[in-house]
Amino acid sequence: MVPEVFRVERRAEEFPGTFTLHLSPIGMGRVAGFQPGQFSMLYAFGTGEVPISISGPSDQGSGYVYTIRTHGMVTRALENLREGGQLGVRGPFGSDWPISSLAGREILLVAGGLGLAPLRPVIYTLLSRGGGSAVRLFYGARSPREMLYRDELVEWSRSMDVQVSVDQAERGWTGRIGAVTDPLAATSFDAGKSIAFLCGPEVMMRFCIRVLLEKGMPPSAIYLSMERNMKCATGHCGHCQWGPSFICKDGPVFRYEDIRQWFHIRAL
Amino acid sequence: MQTFILQAEYLDRLIQAIRADGYQVLGPTLAERAIVYDEIRSADDLPRGWTDEQEKGYYRVKRREDDAYFGYAAGPHSWKKFLQLPRRPVWRAQKSIHPMQITAVVEEAPAMAFLGVRSCELHAIATQDRVFVDGRYQNDSYAERRGKLFIVAVNCTSAAATCFCTSMNTGPKVTLPNDLEMTEVIDGENHYFLLCSGSGKGERILRQLPLKRAGKRHREAERDSIQQAVKQMLEGPRSFDSSDLKELLYRNYESPAWDQVADRCLSCANCTMACPTCFCSTVEDTTDLSGEHAQRWERWDSCFTADFSYITGGPVRPDTRSRYRQWMTHKLATWYDQFGTSGCVGCGRCIAWCPVGIDITEEVQRIREAEKP
Amino acid sequence: MKKIVDLLREHPFFDGIEEEYLEFIGGCGEIVGYSAGDALAEEHAPAEHFFLIRQGRVAIETYVPGHGKVCLQTLQHGDIFGWSWLFPPHQWTFDARAVDRVRAIRLGGKCLREKCSRDTELGYELMRRFARIMTERLQATRMQLLDIYGHPSRPAGGQ
Repeated sequence: MVPEVFRVERRAEEFPGTFTLHLSPIGMGRVAGFQPGQFSMLYAFGTGEVPISISGPSDQGSGYVYTIRTHGMVTRALENLREGGQLGVRGPFGSDWPISSLAGREILLVAGGLGLAPLRPVIYTLLSRGGGSAVRLFYGARSPREMLYRDELVEWSRSMDVQVSVDQAERGWTGRIGAVTDPLAATSFDAGKSIAFLCGPEVMMRFCIRVLLEKGMPPSAIYLSMERNMKCATGHCGHCQWGPSFICKDGPVFRYEDIRQWFHIRAL
Repeated sequence: MQTFILQAEYLDRLIQAIRADGYQVLGPTLAERAIVYDEIRSADDLPRGWTDEQEKGYYRVKRREDDAYFGYAAGPHSWKKFLQLPRRPVWRAQKSIHPMQITAVVEEAPAMAFLGVRSCELHAIATQDRVFVDGRYQNDSYAERRGKLFIVAVNCTSAAATCFCTSMNTGPKVTLPNDLEMTEVIDGENHYFLLCSGSGKGERILRQLPLKRAGKRHREAERDSIQQAVKQMLEGPRSFDSSDLKELLYRNYESPAWDQVADRCLSCANCTMACPTCFCSTVEDTTDLSGEHAQRWERWDSCFTADFSYITGGPVRPDTRSRYRQWMTHKLATWYDQFGTSGCVGCGRCIAWCPVGIDITEEVQRIREAEKP
Repeated sequence: MKKIVDLLREHPFFDGIEEEYLEFIGGCGEIVGYSAGDALAEEHAPAEHFFLIRQGRVAIETYVPGHGKVCLQTLQHGDIFGWSWLFPPHQWTFDARAVDRVRAIRLGGKCLREKCSRDTELGYELMRRFARIMTERLQATRMQLLDIYGHPSRPAGGQ
C-alpha cells in the first residue's frame, strides 16, 4: 500500500513543537472518507512514516487535518514542511469513536494534552448536531500556553460545557489549575445514560477511568484511544500488538469493557 | 487418492520434472555444517545420508547409517525466507518531479517449488497465510509468491530431540493441502518413496515419473515409519498437553517464571528469526546522495529489540522480562485470539537455536509449576 | 435569604450528613463574599477558618523568590478550602486569593474544634470527609507532578 501525495495547504503552530497541517490531495491523491478516531500514516519523504490521528471534520471532503507534536526524525521532517510542501498519506486506518450511539446520552469527552486532536472530529460532529447541555468536554493541558485549539475552545464553550484545567499557569490565567480528574470528579451525570470518550496519556486515562467507575459509569460506556509503535498500519508488522489486539486494526479506539483485562497489565 | 512408489534412484526425475514445469526448486542442502534451504538443481544437491542432532542450544549435522535424502529434522532455515522476504523494497519515491511520485515496487514473483516441506512447516505456512493473505489487507509480495507455490510435502519418519509437533497437533503426518506428498522408506536394500498427488499440478508431475502402484506392504511400511516419529516424540521430554495454553498464559502475566527466564534470555532475537511463523517486520527509509530519490524497505524485525515497542517517552516493553513474555504469550496464547490458531507449530527451532538453551516447552512447564500452591 | 443550614446542606462536602449535625455546625458559620484579588488566607497568618466555596474561584498560591506568586491549584464551586485550623500551630501554609467574585461559607476553626471534641461522632464524621478530600488532592497533586503532557526528554532517533 503506497502513500498518496498531498500538499500542505495551511500550517498553524499551536505552540512551539506542536503544529497543525491542513492537507489537500495533488496528483493521483484523493481524500477517502473517514470516521472520527481513525488515523493515517504520514510519510515524510525519505525519512519515514508516523501514525497521526485525523483531527479535522469528517464531513469535509476536501482535505485532511492533523495535529502533530515533534518528537523524532519523522515528525521533525513534517514540522519543517511549509505551505506548498508535499508529503505522503496512507489511510485512514483503525476503529472509530462510536458516534452513532451518542443520541440521547450525556456525553463526557475527556482529553489530555495532544489527546484533544483525535477527539476534535467528534466535537465537530456534535456541534453540527447543535452541541447542547448533554455534551461536556474536560481538557487537561500542561499550561495555558500548551493548549491546543485555544480559539476554538472559547467558541465551543458557547455550545457545550468546556472545562479546561492546566497543571501550571502563568499569571493572568483565570481558569482551573489542577489535574483533569478534579473537574471530572466534581461533575455529576446519570451513570446509566452517559458515555465517555477518553484520549490522552495512558496514565491520565487510567486515573480518569477510575474516577468514572467510582461515579458509577459502567465499563461498557467508556471508550479510549490507545497508542503503540506502528510501522505498517495494516496488521502485518506486529509492532502495535497489545495483548491479543493490534492497535492498528482492532483499535486505536477500544471499549474499556473489552480491554480492561489488558489495560492494567504493565509493559504489555 | 492413489499412492505410488518411486524408487529412490529416480528421485532426480521428480526434481527435473518440477523444474521443467517452470519452477525454481528449493529444498534441503548441506551448507556451512547445517541443513539449509536453497536452490536444488538435482538430487545430488540433497543432503543424502546426513542427519542432524539437536538439543537445547545445540545443532550438529552428522552422517546417517543409510542414504536417506530426508533423514533430518527442522534446520536453522524455514521456508518463510522465500515467502516473507527478509528484506525487500516496498516503494520508491522521487521528488525531482512535481508532484512528488511514490510508486510501489512490484516484483515478478518467481514460481517456486518447495521440496521436502514437513507437516509442521505446512502448518507454519498456513499460519503466515492467515497474517498476510487472509486479512483485510494483503502483503502483495507474500501473496504473489504464495499463490504460485508448488509444495512437495514430506512425512517425518524420525524426530529430533527438540521436536514436539505431536504436542501442538501439527504432525508428523502431513494433513494440510499440498501438491505432492511423499514418504521416504528404507527397508533393507529397498529405498523408495511413496507418492501421491494433492492437486492437478501434482498429478501432472506424477504422470511423468516411472511409478509403480503402492501395495498394502508399502503402505504399512509408511505408516510404521511415521508412527516411529510419533513414538519418539510422545516418549520424549517435550511431550505435553497444549490444550489449555491460552488460558494458562492469560492468567500468568505476572508469573515469577518470567523473571527467571529473563535472567537467562539475551534478547538476541535468534528464536524469532528461526521461527517459521514469526512475522514481525520493520521499515527502513533511505535517500540517495542527491536527496531526490527515496526508497522504503521492509525487513524482518523482532519483538526482542529495544526499538520494537518504542513510543513517545520510551519503549513500552523496556526489559527482557516483558519482551520474552510478549514473544511466548503471543506464540502460545494471543495468537489464538488473533488468528484462530496457535502461533507455535512445535518445530523446535527456537530451542536448538537459542544460544543459552532456553526451551519454550520447559518454560510452559515452569509457569505451570509456579502456579501450583 | 437562605439560612446558613440550607447553604451547608447544598454543599457537596456535607452530602448526606445528619440534619442535627448541620444545625450544630451551622452555629460556627457565616456567609461571606470576596472580590477578585481579595485574600482569603495568607501564609503564616493564623488559620482560624474553614471555607466551603459556593461560587467563584480561589487560587492557592505561594511566593517563590524570583518568580513572584505561583499558583499551585485552583478551587471552585463545591470545593472546600483550609485545614490548617485543625492542627497546631493553626497557621496557613499557603496564600489563598479570590480569582473572581467568590461566595463562601466560613466556619470558625476554634468553634469546630470544640464541637468535634465534645461530640466525637461528629468529629469522626468530619475527619472522614476531610481525609477523603485530602487523599483526592494528594492524588491530583501527584498527577500534576508526573507532568504527563510535557515534552518527554528522549534520545535522538525514534519517530
